[in-house]
Amino acid sequence: METILETKNLRVEYRPQGRGQPKKLAVRDLNLKVEAGEVFGFLGPNGAGKTTTMNVLLGFVNATSGAAYLFGVDVRQPIARQRIGYLPELTYYYKFLTAEELLRFYARIFGMSRAQADERIEELLKLVELDSARKRPIKTYSKGMQQRVGLAQALINDPDLLILDEPTSGLDPLGRMKVREIIQRLKNEGKTVFFSSHELGEVETVCDRVAIIHQGELKVEGRVDDLVETHQGNLEKIFLSIVGYEGRSAVAAASVTS
Amino acid sequence: MTTILAIAGLVIKELYRRKDFYVLLVMTVVITAVSWLMNFFGENNIVRLLKSICLMLIWISALVIAVVTTARQIPAERESRTIFPLLAKPVTRRQVLMGKFLGCWLACGIALVVFYLFFGIVTATREHLAVTELIKGFWLQWVMLAIVIGLALLGSIVFAAPSSNSTICFVVVGGILFLGGHLGQVAMHLTEPGRTIVYAVYFLIPHLEWYNQREALVNDRALAAWSYCALATAYAAVYVAALLQATWLVFRRKTLNV
Repeated sequence: METILETKNLRVEYRPQGRGQPKKLAVRDLNLKVEAGEVFGFLGPNGAGKTTTMNVLLGFVNATSGAAYLFGVDVRQPIARQRIGYLPELTYYYKFLTAEELLRFYARIFGMSRAQADERIEELLKLVELDSARKRPIKTYSKGMQQRVGLAQALINDPDLLILDEPTSGLDPLGRMKVREIIQRLKNEGKTVFFSSHELGEVETVCDRVAIIHQGELKVEGRVDDLVETHQGNLEKIFLSIVGYEGRSAVAAASVTS
Repeated sequence: MTTILAIAGLVIKELYRRKDFYVLLVMTVVITAVSWLMNFFGENNIVRLLKSICLMLIWISALVIAVVTTARQIPAERESRTIFPLLAKPVTRRQVLMGKFLGCWLACGIALVVFYLFFGIVTATREHLAVTELIKGFWLQWVMLAIVIGLALLGSIVFAAPSSNSTICFVVVGGILFLGGHLGQVAMHLTEPGRTIVYAVYFLIPHLEWYNQREALVNDRALAAWSYCALATAYAAVYVAALLQATWLVFRRKTLNV
């Protein structure tokens, strides 16, 4: 099976904020492998290093040491991003453009012909249900609509790997369901999806494998079914026990009772 | 090149969807028309005065459009986080800069064409219009704006706020236009080390005043020869290349507030 995404001993340190302060270690020797066709959940509490890892994969941040590859190509090479789609957590797009113009702009970047772009834009606007709002400027869109236009731009090049950073963050239940449906559909098409989320129920539903990182370190990695069986609990319970919250909450509950 | 052109197209679209250009054009038309109708200054040679006012307004408007449009490009991309979906595509930071530069320069060119058309109409209604001289005047001003845009783009990476960058750019460009040509004479009357320092500044700064052909256009004198225009274009190209290289050196390592 083809390895789509790989990190080898990936380490990211941020420069200290002030004099005399230590460097901040965001990611510590991370080794990950995502195979073709997998839906991979990348979990961790806030500040665990998820977004930093994604930023390295997308070429926004350089690794301090180690390496990261997409389709076997070093992520520092722009060509590594030719076959990926990315949806950031906070989606803001050029507000003076309409959804159609935005998608056409990204299509041009991928060197698509006008006919190809027309066809793809038509297909995507229908998929994310923005067909009726295609001529309206993005500044008039609701948050959910902006997230959907974000999803459409991530899919413009028909990517083989989709990187989603908190794709359902801030969406209403209907919007979440729609995003889940799209992920499921991509999975059925054989696409690889790498996404971070705090919605553990959602992750459990759609993911084949998950990795949980905490304080920059990989704590657990495996198939969702295997983890649930090994730890004898759902993903939420596993997550809480790994980040050390379960013990603390038990102590707190005991002290309240006493 | 497709990527650079796509980014440039976005800048142009932004310019004509914002109000800045229209406000400046209307202001130029209104002031020129009012001066024509009222003849406030009791000037006998009203055509010279009109042309002088109109050209001055065109110079001011073009500088405002060039500096303000360029100064906000990269900071706006970073602030609204649109830079992330863009750089997640197979796009390099150098292409982003080149696209922004080209877009700003072409946008200024389009604005200048409209302004010079108006100037041409004002002139043609009262006296013979020397189209070739008008084209030379337009070309030299547009080439000068390329240097100004290069400066503003570098400033937009160095200074966080577009307003401070714009202010500094206006001071520097104004200083060069009004004083740049006199620095050589000033240096001659100074003692060391002042002389060397002023001479160094004289040879280092781009001499924007060489592109100012307003006097000739107003007084119907022949403008600089085409060979002068070609040399001035080559001179500007060297400065633009140096400024873009410096901008890229700063931008390639810049953290994008991730």
